[in-house]
Amino acid sequence: MAEYSALSLLANALKGNKDWKPAWRKPDPKASYDVIIIGGGGHGLATAYYLAKEHGITNVAVLEKGWLGSGNVGRNTTAVRSNYLLPANTRFYEHSMKLWENLSHELNYNVMFSQRGCLNLAHTPAQFDDYARRGNAMRHLGVDAELMTPAEIKRLIPALDISSEARFPVVGGLMQRRAGTARHDAVAWGYARGADRRGVDIIENCEVTGFLRDGDRVTGVTTSRGDIRAKKVAVAVAGSTGRVMQLAGVETMPIESHVLQAFVTESLKPFIDTVVTFGMGHFYMSQSDKGGLVYGGDIDGYNSYAQRGNLPIVDEVMSEMLALFPGLARVRMLRSWGGVCDMSMDGSPIITMGPLPGMYLNCGWCYGGFKATPASGWCFAWTIAKDQPHDFNAPFTLDRFHRGLVIDDKGQGANPRLH
Amino acid sequence: MLITCPYCGPRDVIEFTYQGDGNRERPDPVSQNFEAWNAYVYDRLNPAGDHNEIWQHSGGCRAHLRVVRNTLTHEISSVAFVRGDHGSAARSKAEDKP
Repeated sequence: MAEYSALSLLANALKGNKDWKPAWRKPDPKASYDVIIIGGGGHGLATAYYLAKEHGITNVAVLEKGWLGSGNVGRNTTAVRSNYLLPANTRFYEHSMKLWENLSHELNYNVMFSQRGCLNLAHTPAQFDDYARRGNAMRHLGVDAELMTPAEIKRLIPALDISSEARFPVVGGLMQRRAGTARHDAVAWGYARGADRRGVDIIENCEVTGFLRDGDRVTGVTTSRGDIRAKKVAVAVAGSTGRVMQLAGVETMPIESHVLQAFVTESLKPFIDTVVTFGMGHFYMSQSDKGGLVYGGDIDGYNSYAQRGNLPIVDEVMSEMLALFPGLARVRMLRSWGGVCDMSMDGSPIITMGPLPGMYLNCGWCYGGFKATPASGWCFAWTIAKDQPHDFNAPFTLDRFHRGLVIDDKGQGANPRLH
Repeated sequence: MLITCPYCGPRDVIEFTYQGDGNRERPDPVSQNFEAWNAYVYDRLNPAGDHNEIWQHSGGCRAHLRVVRNTLTHEISSVAFVRGDHGSAARSKAEDKP
């Protein structure tokens, strides 16, 4: 019997729910491991899970400074999609999408992945042409994409203002039906439990304070809970990449840390059953299973490690939301929060060996870390286990910037605040 | 967040455009040192704490400013013109003319 099933629910209910085991242990760190993963977020936990499951490497520790999933895996707007233009991104995110489609079953943990679709609205004919181009690029690589007319869009989202009087009239849209949302906390918990059950030590409240070195080679870490040695040290710390790499003596990186805010409203009855994005600014919205509308927008636009944002973005996100949905003007905001994004210089991630011997690096997730979680862990585990990248992450090197091999999906150049 | 422009006084952050890490050094335009150009374009200091950065008061006097700001608290400890004596470059150019 699977650990979590209808039958186990019933059996435990009859016994007063006294026999549930914690989803993961709370072990003390050992003196050494085969692999240490710094960062107990979605990517670190997924990496540990796939190291154990796909490569049989179970002598692994995941070190988390705070509590499990306290960073970006619980701070995003939960959208999952693979609607990119450039082949390197499309292939990687489509691999992620395929892992998402089987994730609840694979983890025996309901991540509530809901393929409700993601619709990018076009507001000018030129933008619609651009979406057609991106949709064709996606379909060329076997990813689903379809163009929608305003009438079709109105049927899908009745509350959307598609009138010609709208501030930015809708001329069409690009839909990926297989895109959707997932319950982000469950993703962290599911991977944590899967890794733990295979022998991985997940060590919370354990801050890495430095790296143990043998010459150039990284041989372990110093932490708030003592020194831990390892043959391989993997870094998956998203917005804290700059801080952790400085501990290793790497001063500059092709990364800036920026704060990205998200917002949720009071609960409404079913209002919108897809993810919709605004094309004339940066705004995206979906409705959570609890009924709250989840809004996201642009990063604040300057380096920040504060997990809270400033007011100009609140104003911008709300005005863009109102441009699409005037009917939501009186809906009250319940909560807002911020997460620190590791914005890379081309908007694409880094999953690679190095930059020091014995070290492995996973960063540069910009806005897109959550949807990448399964593939990021899968590719990072492959890279750590085999000391070479998989085809899916081979383009995502750290040295691509200096070699002129950037993967700039948006074509913005080396300006992280615009990606 | 308010930034105190040396010309205009305290102004809301929406009047300013962020230009990033102020520690980078732009190579001489005729330089063919690719490593130096790559580092200038792509590599950034990204400290948690005081950060030396460039802002432009694009919605005001348009001066380029060197701002020291704490990236954990958004507290600004100094704002100065990127050229220490604002306008000195323009003046010296004018003086160079015969």
